[in-house]
Amino acid sequence: MRKRSRLPMFVTLGVLLFLYAPILVLILYSFNDSRYPGAWQGFTLKWYRMLLEANSVEARDIWRATRNTLVVAFAATIISMVFGTMAAWAMYRFRSRLQSLHQMLVYAPLVVPDILMGISLLMLFVNMSVNLGLTTIVVSHTTFCISYVALVVLGRLQDFDHTLVDAARDLGANGFAVCVRILLPLLGPGIAAGGLLAFTLSVDDFVITFFTAGPGSTTLPVQVYSMMRHGTPTLINALSVIFIIVTFSVVIFSQRVLQRKNNTHPHI
Amino acid sequence: MDGFIELRGIRKKFQGVPAVDDASLTLNRGEVFSLLGPSGCGKTTLLRILGGFETPDAGRIIIDGQDITDLPPNKRPINTVFQNYALFPHLTLWDNVGFGLKMAGRPRKFIDSEVERMLDLVDLLDHAEKKPHQISGGQKQRVAIARALINKPQLLLLDEPLAALDLKLRQRMLLELDRIHDEVGITFLYVTHDQGEAMSLSDRIAVMNHGKIEQIGRPMEVYEAPSSSFVAAFIGDTNFFKANVSASADADYSRLSIDKLPPVLAYNDKKLQTGQQVYLSIRPEKFRIQREKPSDGERLNMLKGKVLDIIYLGSNTKFRVECGGHILMITQQHARFMLDTSPLTWEEEVWVSWNADDGYMLQRYEEADTRLLNLPAEEPVP
Repeated sequence: MRKRSRLPMFVTLGVLLFLYAPILVLILYSFNDSRYPGAWQGFTLKWYRMLLEANSVEARDIWRATRNTLVVAFAATIISMVFGTMAAWAMYRFRSRLQSLHQMLVYAPLVVPDILMGISLLMLFVNMSVNLGLTTIVVSHTTFCISYVALVVLGRLQDFDHTLVDAARDLGANGFAVCVRILLPLLGPGIAAGGLLAFTLSVDDFVITFFTAGPGSTTLPVQVYSMMRHGTPTLINALSVIFIIVTFSVVIFSQRVLQRKNNTHPHI
Repeated sequence: MDGFIELRGIRKKFQGVPAVDDASLTLNRGEVFSLLGPSGCGKTTLLRILGGFETPDAGRIIIDGQDITDLPPNKRPINTVFQNYALFPHLTLWDNVGFGLKMAGRPRKFIDSEVERMLDLVDLLDHAEKKPHQISGGQKQRVAIARALINKPQLLLLDEPLAALDLKLRQRMLLELDRIHDEVGITFLYVTHDQGEAMSLSDRIAVMNHGKIEQIGRPMEVYEAPSSSFVAAFIGDTNFFKANVSASADADYSRLSIDKLPPVLAYNDKKLQTGQQVYLSIRPEKFRIQREKPSDGERLNMLKGKVLDIIYLGSNTKFRVECGGHILMITQQHARFMLDTSPLTWEEEVWVSWNADDGYMLQRYEEADTRLLNLPAEEPVP
């Protein structure tokens, strides 16, 4: 047998190192007994303690920003799941020249630079004399989240057999029953996938939030940014580690669940 | 003819192109009626209009005296077996079959007993807890039928239900469909492009072409007495001859003159006058082919010809014979043990004969329809 090349292994290791080295450094420095990143000053857990006890102003700001982030993300996700699915359905079901314009408009936020979106939303809110706050962030996040949900659900709809709707109607189902008994169960995974994507993007968003957040309504990315400049960056390292643990647990858990489901339904 | 279900002057256009053009037909209670035609002839559109999935541009649909033209699909006493079965992939077979009764808001106990009865009817009770992806094509087909029948519709629509199955399974399902029909006694409207399915299953057939119904009749009627060259060529094979009525032999029979052939006698059921142009259609199996000149029979037409091609198929042989520049397709059934005979060979001079009653005169003829024939009748003579 020919000797197998080791190149693929080295490339894989190299890529993994490239991806995860920064995170490793981040984790390492969350235990550094120094207020600023740089030299290693010895092992400590005090940043974690400070964060979890939340009796400093900084720690409280972080937790408030976390709460804001989650509130915004949940709200934007749910709204965009509803409207994104509706948009996808409209694009799937009705074809016309107006519809291709609709498609372009829905997808536009995917390609428009965040900075433009941020500025234009800010100008809109100011012109309408809307007070900046959580509501304006939710509205802004919904604008781009809808596009992602619509994209994912439309992809799912391409494989959807419309005669299933005909069949359900034929068997006596009215519009509502078709929705609840046929469309939602079958499109559910697609809508959920779109929602997860929207949630991630909303939690992550910095640029648009930066423009549309008001006093007291900062989200975590914006908070982290300001703390990097004047605050305790190491505290953020500790927060990041907690987030990484939560994220990885969720990913592992969902993989397990999906795998079990795949085993019982080999074709779905 | 009790006129149980009536379609009156149905028209439907898609982007200006007529898909169904003034289709009218009447279904009797409990019969199996087929819509037969090539793909794109409008038969599926007509079925979708009946099911309520398309709105006709004009025309009315009446079931048992009630006009249902404007009712949505879920309000019609009609159920459909879809071509791809359209089983709900997320529901078990049990829940698929019970869907209709659940939508009708029937009590749980009633639904359970009915689902059990229907699954038993299609012999799938053992698979009730399976999902559609776990069963075979033939089983899916049967689930689709059970699901459509459970609401006891006035009319069951079947949209090419066997198209996705292989040949063996198709033949089994045909018998199965026939059995189910006998058991439930519901009117079936069966849409197919397969003349064999339509002929074997149906009480009556409507042959469609270009959105129009060309002919409605019993299978034997449309085969033996086609109303146009399309029907003659689409159902089975035939030979066409362009002819002129040259004289009437007596009250019922006329003499026809055909280019380069001696005059032939044909039954003139249409009372055509001398001088009128007509097309004569003769089915391949109506001919007799033999070496010796047949003895003069009453109203027997005879032609001398030469064998061009022989296709031996076991139970029968197909010949291509040239007679006076015309190419004839002839099928001969073998009733006797063939090895004891000296069969006809290529280039052999033969006599071709047929009875005057066995040719059928057509007034509606399109040259394009000859393309539907299995062996092209018009080919350059070598």
